[in-house]
Amino acid sequence: MLLSLCIYIIHAFVNEKSLPSQLHTIQQSSTIPLTTTAATEMPSEGGEKPEVGQDQAPAASTKVDWIIKVLRLLAFLLTLDATLVMALNKQTKTFTVATIGTVPLRATLSAKFQHTPAFVFFVVANANAALHNLLMLAVGFAGSKLSFKGLAPLAVPVLDLVNVAIVSGGASAAVFMGQLGRNGNSHARWNKICDKFESFCDRGGAAMISSLVGVLLMIIICAISIIRLRNHYGYNKLALNSSVLP
Amino acid sequence: MLLLRLIALGASVCAIVVMVTSHDSAQVFGMSISAKYSNIPTFKYFVLVNAIASGYTLILLFIPSKNSCGHMILVLDLVVALLLDSSISACVAIGLVGKKGNTHAGWLPICGQVPKFCDHVTGAIAAGFIAAIAYFLVVLYSLHSVMNLFAPRA
Repeated sequence: MLLSLCIYIIHAFVNEKSLPSQLHTIQQSSTIPLTTTAATEMPSEGGEKPEVGQDQAPAASTKVDWIIKVLRLLAFLLTLDATLVMALNKQTKTFTVATIGTVPLRATLSAKFQHTPAFVFFVVANANAALHNLLMLAVGFAGSKLSFKGLAPLAVPVLDLVNVAIVSGGASAAVFMGQLGRNGNSHARWNKICDKFESFCDRGGAAMISSLVGVLLMIIICAISIIRLRNHYGYNKLALNSSVLP
Repeated sequence: MLLLRLIALGASVCAIVVMVTSHDSAQVFGMSISAKYSNIPTFKYFVLVNAIASGYTLILLFIPSKNSCGHMILVLDLVVALLLDSSISACVAIGLVGKKGNTHAGWLPICGQVPKFCDHVTGAIAAGFIAAIAYFLVVLYSLHSVMNLFAPRA
């Protein structure tokens, strides 16, 4: 899957060099009067952040674009890693339950992630977030060629927000279930299982850590995309809308 | 907007009160089992997060709203909404273990022995869920008023 991603990135690079000269993104010029940078392909000069009230908003933000892409790639890798590690988390152990005469009775117990609904939710939520990050990466690379009208640029931060909420819920549920498995709960007579299944617990812990770091990265990405939306939708309106917050 | 914040405040205070007053004891096999919310760290986290949410909303209600700190309020709103969401998710997971047990891990369900505790906890989780939804709507409203996202472009 990583290989296909690398191939897609290289393909996108190659395609960017051979864009036609007229920019189709001028179709959304109702808010963004992009006038002078229309000549060549994706404008790559000037990596400063857009200024207030100026009109080169999407043109001068390629540095921020690349930051977001790198962060998304990292978040994708982390959530994918969390999904895979937890999904392949299995440990089987044979215990000696009793001894009859000289023959020990053995019982084989296995710990799988499917036994616990919290871990199932964790796997599903992280898989969803990995898919979302991959799609947003693809959209980010293809965004220079396609033109997004209307409310479509709004969809990316909103979906980011929703995914952050889902994955944070899954990660916290898994963390508390793991804590219960590690320490047990004497009041409820629930015994700890981590002393018997150490590698299950260790792998689960590693998956939780990578998912939590992925959530952190996704929060940063979400914040950056929401701030960038401001430039898309007309920043100078902010001055007219005073005291909207009651 | 004020109404939304009041609903969120009410719901999170409700959740705290219901969870804190949940305790039950029963006699099983000659042993006395008592269940309190503080025995389970997840419920303590739930109470903590709801306390943070209600304290934050209380402080916000008394600050005169200016547009200059709208961004910081938005960020804090987002953080509190995420915390609420994660706390109810964790409590639901632990509640499922308590209600149905987990035969693979040898964990027996305890709701049969302490039914009042289970009902209280369920009510607290429901109130926390309402608080989380209300905070999500508050975040959307903050986004709209600070970023002016949904206004028509002209």
